[in-house]
Amino acid sequence: MTHATIAVLSGTRLRTWAIVALLSVVLVVFATYSITLGRYDIAVVDVWRIVWDNVVPAEAPTWTPVQADVVEVIRLPRILAALLIGAGLAISGAALQGLFRNPLVDPINIGVTAGAGFGGTLAILMVGGGYPVLAAAFACGIGSLLVVRGLASVKGRTSTLTLVLAGVIVTAFFESAISIVKLLADPHQKLPAITYWLMGSIAATNYSDLVLIAVAIVPPSIVIFLLRYQINILSLGEDKARALGSPIEIVQWTIFAAVSFISAGVVATSGIIGWVGLVIPHVARTLVGPDHGRLLPVSALLGAIYLLLVDDIARTATVAELPIGIITSLIGVPVFAIILRRTQSRSGWTHD
Amino acid sequence: MIDVADLSVTLSDKPILENYSLSVGQGDVLAILGANGVGKTTLLNCIVGLARPSSGSATSRGRIGYVPQLFHSTFAFSVLDIVLMGRARHVGLFGSPRRLDYEIAQKYLDQMKVGHLRDRPFNELSGGQRQLVMIAQALSSECEILILDEPCSALDYKNQSIVIDTLRALNDSMGLTIVFSTHAPQHGLEVASHVLLMKDRRRYDHGCVDDVLTAGNLSSLYDVAIAKAAFADGGKFTFAPYFER
Repeated sequence: MTHATIAVLSGTRLRTWAIVALLSVVLVVFATYSITLGRYDIAVVDVWRIVWDNVVPAEAPTWTPVQADVVEVIRLPRILAALLIGAGLAISGAALQGLFRNPLVDPINIGVTAGAGFGGTLAILMVGGGYPVLAAAFACGIGSLLVVRGLASVKGRTSTLTLVLAGVIVTAFFESAISIVKLLADPHQKLPAITYWLMGSIAATNYSDLVLIAVAIVPPSIVIFLLRYQINILSLGEDKARALGSPIEIVQWTIFAAVSFISAGVVATSGIIGWVGLVIPHVARTLVGPDHGRLLPVSALLGAIYLLLVDDIARTATVAELPIGIITSLIGVPVFAIILRRTQSRSGWTHD
Repeated sequence: MIDVADLSVTLSDKPILENYSLSVGQGDVLAILGANGVGKTTLLNCIVGLARPSSGSATSRGRIGYVPQLFHSTFAFSVLDIVLMGRARHVGLFGSPRRLDYEIAQKYLDQMKVGHLRDRPFNELSGGQRQLVMIAQALSSECEILILDEPCSALDYKNQSIVIDTLRALNDSMGLTIVFSTHAPQHGLEVASHVLLMKDRRRYDHGCVDDVLTAGNLSSLYDVAIAKAAFADGGKFTFAPYFER
């Protein structure tokens, strides 16, 4: 390899590392600041002291026990949940976009979220919360992904039009199914719980929820990252990937399972939070390009920061708390429309 | 290197190929000619393993590098990213390209004389440059057989000559076995040792260029009168159709 090659390679790598480092700093700063936000005022310094107290107990606390509770019991789990969910959803979106070769794909617009939402609703009605909801949401989520894939692929080719329409069909079906479950639910207890949960919120996150979120998001995200080079290859098209010798069935199934698991984890604990996976990879691609080795980590960081900001807005914009899923939709849908216009004016509806 | 034996292919209940048999030896260059829709791509897909025969077989001894028809990537991958993907067989399921893979990709980009385009977005290259990059990708897989589906379609004369010269050089210098489809008999004359003329799903002519690539065979292949024409300097000849007025 020539010196010039090495220089350019390390140049790309350097730039990526610089972006990752910068985003990491932004993330820590925002996360700390977010803990201070809310009706109960806490200084940034005290936030750090309270957290550090768990590692090295302070001799003379400068904060009150109430402040410690607000930080550790109420705000910290919620903020960690926002970070994990944002990262997981962004990685899911980036992986699905690579797999379907389409920058318009998000778990919500191809029906995975609605499927997982139906599974979760059914589980809440029948057994209550927790891991059964995760399992049911996973089963219905991966089921809807397979249906969408089957509907959207005509002779091995998937166009934007068939993909979006397949998503519409599956989403419409599962939303009707959710309505039926709601009709069956007890209108005083379970119905309000289901309705508010479906709007998407992480307000009530506690540490056991956080464990469930981490279990559902971290391992699948690592698996998706490990498959980064294979996703690159698959994004050239199935035939091309097969000709290059990539084990495409294994890669596709693994990604489908991983994405469904992440979606199920989000839905089970926090309801329907959509469009993060559409918006974030788009921004990340403009920063580091389409190579998934760089795209996935940068998407994860951006997604975490983004959902943290959205959650800050959700809990501070009005007196009553806004459901986070509504805000991500309000931002995500116009972005979807803009990207749709841009890609279609470039390549036409039926372009692969 | 390639054996096609009694190959029949049916796609959605429609017979595409029936009882095709031919073989390609090591170091041979086979040009495939035939009308649009006659099944050239299907035959190549069977050899590559992308289409399944309904009966018979298409087997190859040696690693195949495949260059599809004019290729477009959905995402704005750089030329280097595209060529690195040729290393799929050498990088594990959970791996990513290492230094050696980068070196090999660079080597073949340089050999195809497109090394300077390494950091450019692949989709912004000209058709000819893209074909050279795709050939570099196939070579990066360290293939022994190179299969190209209409590598010169949609290319202007200059780019056609670059691709054809490249194929000849690869065959000469590396002894690569090459199979490609084309609409220009001239490409067969320039680079091929053998020719397959696909008339319809059952009838075909296969043999050495000198025996098979004749004006008579081409006339019946395309159903247009075609004559052999010598270049003015007398060195080479070509085939030219008479278009009816």
